[in-house]
Amino acid sequence: MPDSALTGSLGVALAWLAIAALCLVPARAAWFARRLAFPLGAAAGLALAVLGVEAVWSPAEQMTLPLGMPDLPFHLRIDPLAGFFLLLLGSVAAGISVYAAGFFRAEPAGRLALTGLQYHLFLASMAFVVLADDAYLFMVAWETMALSSYFLVTTDHDKPAIRGAGFLYLLIAHLGAIAVLLCFGVMHGGQGDYRFDALREAQLTPAWATVAFLLAFFGFGAKAGMIPLHAWLPEAHPAAPSPVSALLSGVMIKTAIYGMVRVIYDLIGGVRWEWGLVVLVVAAGTTLFGVLFALMQHDLKRLLAYHSVENIGIILLGLGLSMVFIGFGHPAAGVLGLIAALYHTLNHAVFKGLLFLGAGSILHSAGLRDLNHMGGLIRPMPRTAFYFLIGALAISALPPLNGFVSEWLTFQAALQAPLLAHGVVRSLVPLFAAVLALAGALTAMCFVKVFGVAFLGQPREARAAAGHDAGSLERLGMAWLAAGCFVLGLFPAFVLLMLNRVGASLTGSGLSAEALESNWLWLVPTAPQQASYSPLIFLLVIVGVTLVTFFLVRRFYHGRVRYAAPWDCGYPEQNARMQDTADAFGQPIRHVFEPAFLMHRRLPRPDDAAPRFELKVEDRHWVWLYLPVARLAAYLSLKIGLLQRGRISTYLLYSFVTLIALLVFAR
Amino acid sequence: MTLAGQFVNLLAALLLLIAFAMLSQRRILTLIHLFAWQGAALALSTFIVAASTGQNHLYFSAALTVALKVILIPWVLHRLIDRLEVRWDVETLINIPTTMLIGIGLAIFAFALATPISQMASTLTRSTLGIALASVLLSFLMMIVRRKAVPQVIGFLAMENGLFFAATSATYGMPLVVELGVALDVLVGTFIFGIFFFHIREQFDSLDIRHMEKLKED
Repeated sequence: MPDSALTGSLGVALAWLAIAALCLVPARAAWFARRLAFPLGAAAGLALAVLGVEAVWSPAEQMTLPLGMPDLPFHLRIDPLAGFFLLLLGSVAAGISVYAAGFFRAEPAGRLALTGLQYHLFLASMAFVVLADDAYLFMVAWETMALSSYFLVTTDHDKPAIRGAGFLYLLIAHLGAIAVLLCFGVMHGGQGDYRFDALREAQLTPAWATVAFLLAFFGFGAKAGMIPLHAWLPEAHPAAPSPVSALLSGVMIKTAIYGMVRVIYDLIGGVRWEWGLVVLVVAAGTTLFGVLFALMQHDLKRLLAYHSVENIGIILLGLGLSMVFIGFGHPAAGVLGLIAALYHTLNHAVFKGLLFLGAGSILHSAGLRDLNHMGGLIRPMPRTAFYFLIGALAISALPPLNGFVSEWLTFQAALQAPLLAHGVVRSLVPLFAAVLALAGALTAMCFVKVFGVAFLGQPREARAAAGHDAGSLERLGMAWLAAGCFVLGLFPAFVLLMLNRVGASLTGSGLSAEALESNWLWLVPTAPQQASYSPLIFLLVIVGVTLVTFFLVRRFYHGRVRYAAPWDCGYPEQNARMQDTADAFGQPIRHVFEPAFLMHRRLPRPDDAAPRFELKVEDRHWVWLYLPVARLAAYLSLKIGLLQRGRISTYLLYSFVTLIALLVFAR
Repeated sequence: MTLAGQFVNLLAALLLLIAFAMLSQRRILTLIHLFAWQGAALALSTFIVAASTGQNHLYFSAALTVALKVILIPWVLHRLIDRLEVRWDVETLINIPTTMLIGIGLAIFAFALATPISQMASTLTRSTLGIALASVLLSFLMMIVRRKAVPQVIGFLAMENGLFFAATSATYGMPLVVELGVALDVLVGTFIFGIFFFHIREQFDSLDIRHMEKLKED
């Protein structure tokens, strides 16, 4: 164990880079990439998680690397916030890498070597994003992350749809990166240098600080997948191989949350409540949009991707609450909101990683992605079903699993609204809490749909019945993340105390003294007379009631069970097509929230000989935002294309006129 | 003003005159000769500056100019037009008198631009900066108005002459390493252009660059 968390984390990042390079060396057989790369990567991830925890509890450390441009070296820094995100990255990446070791084993050598290279490059760049202490290294790492993940998304680049998804991802990632770059430029203000220390000290006028905030919020928001910049997410996540989807959704979009917290709380500083309100409005829209569209999907990975949009919304709700409270001068409530947001960031990374891995196992063994073709998968793949169920319960925010804790903390933060001095804001905050509650209920409904349609019932296709369970490495990866769901759900007080330190390092104040007395049994976010939660007691009650019911049922019905064919309602024939489909499950919601969707429906005529019902649900953002922008870009390109005349004389004239103009200008 | 200074001014005037002559010249062979003469004037002026200021590295520059721009490159260009059989008259995009008028305008502009700079410089040759700039712009103009590839390359090389003269007149020349590098670049550039001429002719059966408009993307 190195004595410093920073050198250790740097070591892990370099180890990932080394693994990436080694994946290429024996390219013919790809022996290293097949056997060793992913397990080694997972071990490095575990080490990073431990170092992250150590960093949360240690003072901040800085380091200057002898790399970079002349007179512009790379700076590294580790502090509690960075430590927490390293914990997230390391622990989730460890599970996903173990899974990937099994998942990618059968790949052809060339593809495997490239995947191994990009996968570990991706991990290392995320570590550097978190460790960076100057805008230069941050942007280098940020863009490396975008590019390596682009190549991972387009692993199956022979399919045009996947190339399209990759392009959309790259485009929006670059728009976001430009906004982030401009944000650094605004904070820099033309003086000093680009070290984060210098940016922290820069004094911005309120107007410029707000510009910097908006650039950071929308720049990082594009990467996080918040509306209206979410369009890439439901395209890119399903396009990628499943472990990569898990990394994208579980870890990469969290680096955007890291960037937001780092820039807004740490670098810009002086959080204003108006900013918080902007965040809250966008967050509420993102949450509702994500869950409603998730309910409409029948492609499992696309559905999970829309849930990532929703969960980003929930995280942003916590952040927005925190900013509103801090802006109004209530740092304790503000830190609670921040803790809720960061806690949900970690929780979402764990359970969404798990769910994507489960979806990957289904895809791997049965070759199915469309829920409408699945059914009865619990019989061929019982273990996958078990892990998927844990993930589904966690994302549905059911106690005692982890999703509940962070959403509950977000509610607790929202319940601090009476502290606020501004009447309108005070009455708005409960509205956002209501959005969160609605989203939670709809998420639960969505996962009833997923689990019911995919794993229960009759197989709708022969492939669904012929699947096999996930291999041992894949199961180990899923078990690790499932265990994470339990640990984070059952011992929330430790996470709370850790996050309190993160919050204190950012805002200078922490939770109330009573909250800090939370122990392994009781979680107290503000004061015991207001609210407290004990997941262990919940678990005991659930287990107890289940056991009592089980034994009572056995006691009173034992021996009186009668096996018979179920009543078939008088229909002579019953087949798998008679089950509720995924689309049918979403129908009531589609009906209630009709204005939210852009629906193309084709109903059969009564006299149609071969009646077909077709329904396509589309995102309205495409119509009002993306397509006009695309048309404008095409139009402008056409106009600029007029410059190309194909004549050297004209081109020379362009440079000549430019030269003359510059000379006149420079006089 | 010293005799050397006056002599340099005379050569500078000659340089500008040759630049105008090149602008109005329609025959490729004469163009090459004019280019060689321009190089000679440049070399002589560099030599005089070297002799009168004791800047030893300028002797090398002068020798290099003679070797490259008076002897080697004109010879290469001669061989080129022999092999390509393109001794015919040069077509211009704009007629010669108009080109000359634009050229005069450019020269005035260059002098207006150079006056404040030459007042700051303390070199013997500072008054010639405007001429250097004017010959750069005139060569550029020549590249624009010529339709055939060979005169364009000569224009490019003449522009380099002007730049070189500007460097000598403003600061007594660039460091020798830079000059060596530039000279090598010019030489290599000439060879590459030569190779391209053959390819262009092979492709389009002509050296008229109008044919390259076909390459435009629609």
